[in-house]
Amino acid sequence: MKTLTASPGLITRIGAPISVMVAGVVALVMVACALLASRIAPYDPTDLASFDLINAELPPAFSADGDPRFLLGTDNQGRDLLSAMLYGARVSIAIGGGAVLVAATIGVFLGLLAGYYGGKVDAVIMRVADVILSFPTILLALLVSGIARAVLPGAATAEWAPVILICAIAIHEWVQYARTVRAATMVETAKEYVRAGKVIGLPSRRIMLRHILPNVMSPVLVISTINLAAAVLTEATLSFLGVGMPPTYPSLGTLIRIGNEFVFSGIWWIALFPALALVILVVAVNLVGDWLRDRFNPKLRVKR
Amino acid sequence: MSTLQPPVLAIDDLRVEYPLADGSVFTAVERASLVIHTGEIHALVGESGAGKTTIGNAVMGLLEKPGRIASGTIHIGGKPLDPNKGSAEGVVLGRDVGAVFQDPMTSLNPLFTVESQLTETMRAHLKLDRAAARARALQLLKDVGIPEPQRRLKAYPHQLSGGQRQRVVIASALSCDPKLVVADEPTTALDVSVQAQILRLLRDLADQRGIGILLVTHNMGVVAQIADRVTIMHRGMVVETGPTAEVLRHPRAPYAKALIGAVPRIDARLERFPVIGEEGKGRAAEARAVLRSKAERTGAIADGGPILSVENLQVEYTTRGVLPGSKGHRFRAVDGVSFSVNSGEVFGLVGESGCGKTTIANVVSGLLKPTAGRVTYRGHTIAGEGMVRCVGPLRQAIQMIFQDPYSSLNSRMRIGTILAEPILFYRLASSKAEAAADVARMIEAVGLEADAAQRFPHAFSGGQRQRLSIARALGARPKLIVCDEPTSSLDVSVQAQILNLLKDLRDATGLTLLLISHDLAVVRQMCDRVAVMRNGKLVEEASAETLFSTPQHPYTRELLSLVPTLDRIRGEAQAA
Repeated sequence: MKTLTASPGLITRIGAPISVMVAGVVALVMVACALLASRIAPYDPTDLASFDLINAELPPAFSADGDPRFLLGTDNQGRDLLSAMLYGARVSIAIGGGAVLVAATIGVFLGLLAGYYGGKVDAVIMRVADVILSFPTILLALLVSGIARAVLPGAATAEWAPVILICAIAIHEWVQYARTVRAATMVETAKEYVRAGKVIGLPSRRIMLRHILPNVMSPVLVISTINLAAAVLTEATLSFLGVGMPPTYPSLGTLIRIGNEFVFSGIWWIALFPALALVILVVAVNLVGDWLRDRFNPKLRVKR
Repeated sequence: MSTLQPPVLAIDDLRVEYPLADGSVFTAVERASLVIHTGEIHALVGESGAGKTTIGNAVMGLLEKPGRIASGTIHIGGKPLDPNKGSAEGVVLGRDVGAVFQDPMTSLNPLFTVESQLTETMRAHLKLDRAAARARALQLLKDVGIPEPQRRLKAYPHQLSGGQRQRVVIASALSCDPKLVVADEPTTALDVSVQAQILRLLRDLADQRGIGILLVTHNMGVVAQIADRVTIMHRGMVVETGPTAEVLRHPRAPYAKALIGAVPRIDARLERFPVIGEEGKGRAAEARAVLRSKAERTGAIADGGPILSVENLQVEYTTRGVLPGSKGHRFRAVDGVSFSVNSGEVFGLVGESGCGKTTIANVVSGLLKPTAGRVTYRGHTIAGEGMVRCVGPLRQAIQMIFQDPYSSLNSRMRIGTILAEPILFYRLASSKAEAAADVARMIEAVGLEADAAQRFPHAFSGGQRQRLSIARALGARPKLIVCDEPTSSLDVSVQAQILNLLKDLRDATGLTLLLISHDLAVVRQMCDRVAVMRNGKLVEEASAETLFSTPQHPYTRELLSLVPTLDRIRGEAQAA
């Protein structure tokens, strides 16, 4: 009873609509499941010894000729689909998170420089950003992963696939951070506390990192949630196109690609379940991100 | 005549409440009553948070949700205002009640011409056709004294000066011949010369058209100059009300006395400002004594010699065009200014907005590079031609206090961290613990409790923040502090405290102050010598006594004559 009376207080304090709360819980549960994949998955899909071609293409447990051992059925190599999805989600989220982290670090740093110094520094950084923004995300990512594959020896590509994907996605996403942080930095730089720091004689690096950075971080956090969803999608697209994670270590996108080949033979589950998981994850994260954006944007904030 | 027709505005026992999120109720205005008759200007004065704007908004039906009129009545032209609808039967905002707001930059829509802003209300309320509305708009612009009204009709707000914009706002308030105008701080954002014109215009409107004006203001000088009656408010309560001359001459309520006493006078110099409740006296003196002994040890006590000299300073801004290669405009903000400041004195730099005084402050404190000329500190060039290489220790000697206490402290850092920064940066303390002790001393020296160090800036009021800002400047152990409009965003009683504090600190530690202000009365009270600036040039420099008693330059004389002061009322008092 005590927890029941306490929880509405918490909910009203966060002030989010029910849909956002549900989305937040769903996103958290999915991320938690993905992170704990090795603990909760019934099988280890990366362990070749754990699956058998005899079990290949078994339908989900709840359909007529399903096997109770495999809840969501198996893929073309006899892997348990649920386990493959849990591991796949872990890979997708790790790559998405990594890409967001790399993009945010680069973008925030360049945005601070551009906004603080202005002039030529600003012009160079922002023109590079404009050029990058004129390429579609996927095209740029394909380009980067293509180059990486050409440069690296064949054996190393699989091993380095996550890093290549992170770079391929981050090269496009940093621009948004840089633009946002630049604008916020220009506003902060004009404020008197920054001028006070300059009068004291503090070095620019210190003013930027210690004084301005904490004041421009809230939009960065908001963009990061929305970009996480976008990065997961980009990763899935690349893997679906065959330039992402290899089938031996599949992400959700890889699973969809594998499943895609069998859809027309009536084996629908290999593509459907990973696709559903991906959609639910992306929609949930986006809902939370949109709400955060509205909340942190004073122009959209409704007076209560 | 007022007995025959109902008063333009009658407020009786008004109470305005704001229900808060935690269920309690904040009372913004309590037991407020006032009456405005035809042709009368009634001033509502008080410091920020006194509830004066709330009354103005209640009259106009513009109370922000969830604020509500809890009890009491408002009659506009004899008709009662419905507290639920926020308007009186048959009384329409814009037609019967005109509104003039503080900032003419934002109260006009930048996307519409003057004509469309003026005719919009007339066509809506008076059902005039286009031609009639235009003719009337033209007449209104003439009435409020805008030159070349025909041409101005087609102008956009950004093409007008601040004073002209405020005239347009007034014209729009008058467009439907209201009997009542609510003017909320109508001249606060304007320079003194423009302010004088707008005040004269308001007085003329009351006298010639018989409009009743509710004038919300914090400026006692404005009240003295144009108001017939005045109501002084404090924390939502009316503390005193009556004819202007009587209230300003013989205030009865203690708060009214203190408030009027705290207004800086331009006619005579006082040793200290009378303040409403002073705090932390003993400890502050102790802390200042330590500061002084430290200053003496470093041999930096005032010797009266020149400490700062500005020679033929010139600063140009170039505005670049939108396209690369397009030629920009050059604007000379400071044009050949020379002056020198002696150690231990308070040197004032006055002028209207845009005269270049803040630009000079920025050059002196190293925020801006001059185009030509130079600034020297004790013989070392710190800006401009022949600047010395290592400016670090010289920077330390010159610190700055800013205008806006709400943006001059980083809201994400604790006070202790903010104040320790200059101390640690210049290695003025050997350890963090010693720096913390220094910080505590600084905080006490500015009259606050030492435990302020643990808190964040939002826990402090504007005046307290300004004290902390001063403490930060003291942290670097400067010899010269540049004060850029240090009190212009503060209430008058807080202003008095901050100015007293600056005086005390100067007396205690032998600091030199370069005070930049648009407020002649403040300069009069604070400064030993004063320089007057206009359009980037220095027009007159003299000792404060000489400048205020026998100004030489016509511009100085004009400025002095335009300042609204309590003298007019005081003059009457002597005559009576």
